[in-house]
Amino acid sequence: MTDSNSSLSHLDLETPEKPFLDANELVINMGPQHPATHGVLRVILRLDGEKVLGLECVIGYLHRGVEKIGEHRTYTMFNPYVDRMDYVAAVSNGLGYCETVEKLLHVEAPPRAQYVRVILAELNRLASHQLWLGTHALDIGAITPLFYTFRDREEILKIYEKYCGARLTTHAFRIGGLQYETYNGFEREVKNFLSFFRPKIDEYEELLTTNRIWVERTKNVGIISAKDCIALGVTGPVLRASGVKWDLRKAQPYANYKNFDFDIPTCQNGDTYDRYLVRMAEMRQSVRIIEQAVEGLPEGPVMAKVPKVMKPPAGEIYHSIEAPKGELGYFIVSDGSTQPYRVRVRPPSFVNLQALDLMCRGQLVADVIAVIGTLDIVLGEVDR
Amino acid sequence: MIAKFKSTYGSGIEPLTYAGQNYMVVDRSLIPEILQAMRNEEQFDYCVDITAVHYPKREKQFDVVWVLYSFSRNERIRVKAQIFDGESILSSVPIWAAANWLEREVFDMFGIKFDEHPDMKRILLPEGWKGHPLRKDYGILQQDNEWVQINLGIESGQ
Repeated sequence: MTDSNSSLSHLDLETPEKPFLDANELVINMGPQHPATHGVLRVILRLDGEKVLGLECVIGYLHRGVEKIGEHRTYTMFNPYVDRMDYVAAVSNGLGYCETVEKLLHVEAPPRAQYVRVILAELNRLASHQLWLGTHALDIGAITPLFYTFRDREEILKIYEKYCGARLTTHAFRIGGLQYETYNGFEREVKNFLSFFRPKIDEYEELLTTNRIWVERTKNVGIISAKDCIALGVTGPVLRASGVKWDLRKAQPYANYKNFDFDIPTCQNGDTYDRYLVRMAEMRQSVRIIEQAVEGLPEGPVMAKVPKVMKPPAGEIYHSIEAPKGELGYFIVSDGSTQPYRVRVRPPSFVNLQALDLMCRGQLVADVIAVIGTLDIVLGEVDR
Repeated sequence: MIAKFKSTYGSGIEPLTYAGQNYMVVDRSLIPEILQAMRNEEQFDYCVDITAVHYPKREKQFDVVWVLYSFSRNERIRVKAQIFDGESILSSVPIWAAANWLEREVFDMFGIKFDEHPDMKRILLPEGWKGHPLRKDYGILQQDNEWVQINLGIESGQ
């Protein structure tokens, strides 16, 4: 433990007047194996009784060297690896990667492929937010939303399974478009899902939004101001709940998002309750987008003309999308050969997790759990 | 903006563009001033990413890349600096707090040190690991066998 003590010296803490090794101060390890850390995350807490004075995250337990692997695989071979990073929202990862490589190749996916991509990506946002809601509520102590959200999430996974054969790590997109044409009945099933799902959001809200215990546990917990969010590079629903109305789908549209009409929900306080409200509102907006996309699905090919052996011209591209967790960016350097020279993934959860220290100062230990849940981190993405 | 920088710093900056994305190659000595100016005057208040690329055959082996975004201008730009192996670069943590973990990861993966970083140590790999994996001379199957044997008690990680 002495190692961690010296490494906490950079934290700017209000030290009490009493000497350091006081009985009031406690350094506790919230170890990598913990039911509420959403993966293998280790948090070293420095406590004064139950109040958190500071914390430090130790990550890297799930580091698989995805960026190194990217240099030894061709562009198409690397596509399945990308799903495994944020394994909860695999489709978004694939979307970001395929769009970046398409930019390197100077091709664009045909309109039908882009509409289907939007449908699958927004379904993925719904699935990711549902998993978030279930696990976040479970960490705080509400067990019922877990069952409700996972039951409803099954419908989305069924659509994925019918489309591309896999539920979780879907590998749904290809560079240049889609490999599979949508199956017979795709639009009907998506529409049925939307009409099935719309009242479910109300059901989740009925369970939690005005629930006294939920409000007590989440209001004024983990407050982060807009200025701090921007300085720390936090993006996604966390940024929007602090009042910054910014969404990459509107600011730098990709995949034809400018054809769809949707709002960006924001809140003012930047606490856990606001992040919950923002994500619920985002689910409603996603339903709106999917509706518009299914209505306007154009006919046409689903794959652009890309060469069988992909050798993008030498150059580098940074492209990012609005993943359910935040800004997911890909920085790919090509040297003209079939394998990328450098693949850099800018993971939203990694950068958002930096803010955990700031958000937990002065709160109680139980609030640390709530804040980890509300940041919506996936360790596969943090560690890659 | 680029014109203003060019007139102030002359040959230290080279603006380029590829596929509609703008980036600047900046001399290492000018990096702290340029980054500070980007944040204060040009309102690039969001540091999206800090990363590096290793070109072993080039004389200046590393390319350190800052990806910056400005909310007010809705514009993204990349700033690149080329440095020698073993050279260090000034940390941008005083400018953007987001740089903290991003620079730690660059150090972890490439071995590029950042001066005046509050907490310069490895982030993804365990402390005490030797080697910097994302360098091109580190094998794809290579691991720090000594660390594995001492800490995990097995012969090798393979």
